[in-house]
Amino acid sequence: MSLDKSDVEKIAHLARLAIDESTIPDYARDLNNILNLVEQMSAVNTDAVSPMAHPLDAHQRLREDVVSETDQRELFQSIAPKTDAGVYLVPQVIE
Amino acid sequence: MHNKTLSELSALLHNGDITSVELTQHFLNRIKTHNGNLNAFISVTEESALAQAAAADKQFADKTAGKLTGIPMAHKDIFCTKGVRTSCASKMLDKFVAPYDATVVEKIAASGMVMLGKTNMDEFAMGSSNETSFYGPVKNPWDTERVPGGSSGGSAAAIAARLAPAATGTDTGGSIRQPSSLCNLTGLKPTYGRVSRYGMIAFASSLDQAGPMTANAEDAALLLNVMSGFDERDSTSVERDVPDYTANLNDSLQGLRIGLPKEYFGEGLAPEVAEIIDVAIKEFEKLGATVKEISLPNTSLAIPTYYVVAPAECSSNLSRMDGVRFGHRCEDPKDLLDLYQRSRGEGFGDEVKRRIMIGTYALSAGYYDAYYLKAQKCRRLISDDFQQAFEEVDVIMGPTAPTTAFKLGDKADDPVAMYLADIYTINTNLAGLPGMSIPAGFANGLPAGLQIIGNYFDEARLLNVAHQYQQVTDWHKQIPTAFQ
Repeated sequence: MSLDKSDVEKIAHLARLAIDESTIPDYARDLNNILNLVEQMSAVNTDAVSPMAHPLDAHQRLREDVVSETDQRELFQSIAPKTDAGVYLVPQVIE
Repeated sequence: MHNKTLSELSALLHNGDITSVELTQHFLNRIKTHNGNLNAFISVTEESALAQAAAADKQFADKTAGKLTGIPMAHKDIFCTKGVRTSCASKMLDKFVAPYDATVVEKIAASGMVMLGKTNMDEFAMGSSNETSFYGPVKNPWDTERVPGGSSGGSAAAIAARLAPAATGTDTGGSIRQPSSLCNLTGLKPTYGRVSRYGMIAFASSLDQAGPMTANAEDAALLLNVMSGFDERDSTSVERDVPDYTANLNDSLQGLRIGLPKEYFGEGLAPEVAEIIDVAIKEFEKLGATVKEISLPNTSLAIPTYYVVAPAECSSNLSRMDGVRFGHRCEDPKDLLDLYQRSRGEGFGDEVKRRIMIGTYALSAGYYDAYYLKAQKCRRLISDDFQQAFEEVDVIMGPTAPTTAFKLGDKADDPVAMYLADIYTINTNLAGLPGMSIPAGFANGLPAGLQIIGNYFDEARLLNVAHQYQQVTDWHKQIPTAFQ
């Protein structure tokens, strides 16, 4: 299996990445090389193997549902590209 | 002054032979002299460093100073530092000033150490040569036409050139150990969960782990003492007491069982590196260790598995960089989709984009079982290999990297060739095991590291093994001529 130009465009769209038209062949070549490398996994049969999500098979800790954070909206918004009256601004979404 | 160990510096400070301000100024001066050439630092925090040093000196006057108080160090620019730019070597975060400190930064500051600045790295820690940084490549102090390794290449070059006595690094597939090998350092990747990941910008969350990079094993133990520990703000942090990692450094290695995986000594390993490792192993035999060949039969699965797991997790983690709440935003977006696509397209470099795309593809509808699930199963096989080996041996040894430092630009155009630089380090990340690289010798003037891998939470043993080797060898004391 090999990715072509339209596959790369589709993946870039899913990943919300604008990529330059002229670089698509390079991305296609590199992504195919990486997928060929990854393909080596198919050399082993893993039907009876359970997937490993965490090296120590740890479980998520639970904690009391209490407020642990203070309100730092101004601090956090001070590094945002565009804010107004406490909200983050993006181009108009609803007509 | 810059050739001293952390313990020696601590003694000088405690005896009043030198002040922290003087020591800090000494390293700041060295950074001024050499950083233009090496590009090891992205940001130098001179003003706050001198303020921290002055505060440390006050602690000496008040007799409240601890072991590491007043000693300078550097943080990899992947750790959030409150009020200081935290770029992750990406255009995306070029203007990002972190609003809080990472736990590791907090802990090291609480120990009284002084932060000199933030070190260069591969963009978002994706790379093995430090060439993917938005701020340009780092040069290897042993040969400035060569790479320092990556992704913690700035930390490695800074210590190798003695611009800082110690630094933090992070290791997702070898990013502490491989640059340590290429720059003649001692670097330790702890067990997954040992060191908090809170405030450490996430690349692949199930693999990322922070650790110390230093000139020798005793220094690494001192820094790991400070960095380790449970943190409720990291959901994968392990609730387990932190031992004093210096306590067992002087234990004898008599009877230590060393395993040499035959898969680490095959095709792809440069003969000059193989020879260095052979000589190092003989040194351990002289120290009373026994050596046997073992097998980790699924070693060849490590790189294919990693290049599914790591990109999949990075595609998810990096989705937070969307040009809305922080980071780079494109000019005049025409709609929301354009805002996302162009901000990300402009903010990320090529290697980051490649990995995001591989991860997005592997996780897309219809491909999950073939890629991510398959990789998690292969991961189990790799992990089981290690557990089987640890029934027979105490530690596993081999080369850290297949070659010594390669030339800048040599592998930059071939991602797959670059990925092979981590062939001996990746599987410990996949298994979550601790691993270490220590200086083991030189070939044609370039250093090569010996890798030591232990079972879960066996960091103290790794440090003991490394320290004993460093009592009978002086590779770790070698410094490149231009930086002595």
